Amino acid sequence: MIELRGVTKTYRMGKVEVQALRGIDLDVASGEFIAIMGASGSGKSTLMNIIGCLDVPSEGSYRLDGIDVARLSDDELAKIRNRKIGFVFQSFNLIPRTTALHNVEMPLIYSGAAHRRERSVAALTAVGLADRANHSPTELSGGQQQRAAIARALVTDPAILLADEPTGNLDSASSVEIMKLLTRLNTEQERTIVLITHEQDVATFAQRVVELRDGQILSDRRNA
Amino acid sequence: MNLLEALRIAFGGLLANRLRSGLTMLGILIGVSAVILLVAVGNGASVQINNQIQSLGANVIYVYPANARSAGGVSQGFGTGDTLTMADVNALNSGQQDPDVVAAIPIAQAGGQITYGNQNYFAPTIGTTPDFPAVRDYQLAEGSFFTDDDVAAQHRVAIIGQTVVDNLFPGVDPVGQTIKISRQSFRVIGVFAAKGGTGFGSQDNVVVAPISAVWAYLSGARGGKNISQIVASAGSAGTVSQAETEITTILLQQHQISDPSLADFQIQSQQDILNQASSIATALTLVLGAIAGISLVVGGIGIMNIMLVTVTERTREIGIRKAIGARWRDVLMQFLIEAMVLSGLGGALGIALGAALATEAPHVPAIASSGFPPPVVSVPSVLLAFGVSVGIGLFFGIYPANRAARLHPIEALRHE
Repeated sequence: MIELRGVTKTYRMGKVEVQALRGIDLDVASGEFIAIMGASGSGKSTLMNIIGCLDVPSEGSYRLDGIDVARLSDDELAKIRNRKIGFVFQSFNLIPRTTALHNVEMPLIYSGAAHRRERSVAALTAVGLADRANHSPTELSGGQQQRAAIARALVTDPAILLADEPTGNLDSASSVEIMKLLTRLNTEQERTIVLITHEQDVATFAQRVVELRDGQILSDRRNA
Repeated sequence: MNLLEALRIAFGGLLANRLRSGLTMLGILIGVSAVILLVAVGNGASVQINNQIQSLGANVIYVYPANARSAGGVSQGFGTGDTLTMADVNALNSGQQDPDVVAAIPIAQAGGQITYGNQNYFAPTIGTTPDFPAVRDYQLAEGSFFTDDDVAAQHRVAIIGQTVVDNLFPGVDPVGQTIKISRQSFRVIGVFAAKGGTGFGSQDNVVVAPISAVWAYLSGARGGKNISQIVASAGSAGTVSQAETEITTILLQQHQISDPSLADFQIQSQQDILNQASSIATALTLVLGAIAGISLVVGGIGIMNIMLVTVTERTREIGIRKAIGARWRDVLMQFLIEAMVLSGLGGALGIALGAALATEAPHVPAIASSGFPPPVVSVPSVLLAFGVSVGIGLFFGIYPANRAARLHPIEALRHE
């Protein structure tokens, strides 16, 4: 599903070159639930941006679901993000002043898909938020907002679900609830999930944990 | 993303900041209503001028003496010469060389105080021949016009316009009464029907008498047998230019001038005057429209300003949209349509306001009594104003929208 080969990423900050990633080789199979861990500055955000097709590697190749995405244009990347990737952000990133249902519908609007309303309602039902479909984000609790965001990520039936610190802004009860939802999506719907976190107890929900340090993979182990 | 969805998002964005959207729209609204109103005022003036000139009589051609020249060759101004004679009028009326001229009349003007009883009033007195009503398109309301016999016998008879009647004969039937023009007695034998039209050179403020009587009793030693102009009428608007050529030929013969550039008279048709007047009116309309157009541009800059603020404020939203698959053109469309909805809506409201003001203005007593021409809202100006306002949204919206569309998703998502 995900195939990274020798991926490096170099940023120029003024005159200084910063190597955020120094040669990452990573394979994620379909249906896996993998957590990427690391302290801040370890390069996990950069790795997430590249896996999420928000950015392209400086060197190396990245194949997502069989497509080489390393050399695509901005608009082609937008299309890949729309079809293949479902984002779940730390700060939910729902669009304010519009209902949960419309938020979930948004990716389908950009892809021009049919049956948008039905598919959006189905996605909200899958995360247990059907009764809040017509509420705006400000009328929802943190946990509910994150569930709406997960519904938005799922609605296009993407190849991978990319969750960046999905529990970072939630209390512990809501965190457990969200992690259970992700686990259920992985086991019941066989969703491929890439979870980025720095919290050990969040990472325990995943089957596999990859740890980054200084832009390189430090360890890659399976949870028992 | 389809247009309907884009409109929905745009309206959502505008409704989120009602006061700001309203104020931005106000800029365009004021600009468009100013354009509509001022162009309507210009059109109104143009229509009024045209009506007045038309009321002078259709298909009319004027012949004036050339500008008199002093010994040094200095022109003394339009129509100051003394070259037209009764023989010229008779030649034009002979109809042999000028089949397109229906009738020609001489005009001799005398000014003077008109008195009746203890009333007095000032109106120009025109000396002419019996074809005057036909050529100048006057109808008689009462009585009759004078005849060739009256002209031959220098009868002191007069036909008066409605304005003169109103001022000298309140409640009295003027026909048969005797008035004094510059202390000479004239008998009123007819009254012209009102021609309407107010303002400059009212056609109803006039006294008409046989030219012979005007010469004999009113011109005095100063004027002699002066003809200030000859007015001729052509059969139809289509034959005016032929008639002009024929008149030129006859008068050149009459005055024994072989080089047309040395002619001692000048010819102007109603059409020429109409053209001149409408080009002045068009220039007036353009100037008024351009002044109002400046406020439209200011309104457009207001839109650009607000759109830049909006794009900055919604940077994070743009990042989210890009992350979930919005392409460059999706974001561009969203903000462009928002700008165009602002300007288009402002434009539509501005048209309504401008048209309402233009329609209501003549009903305001202060304006109605001033003789100000009623504004005329023209359909092309409405369509143009709406098109321009939407175009302004497009023009001033492109830069902010493109700025939004080119944001990098990662940076946009990091924006707080």
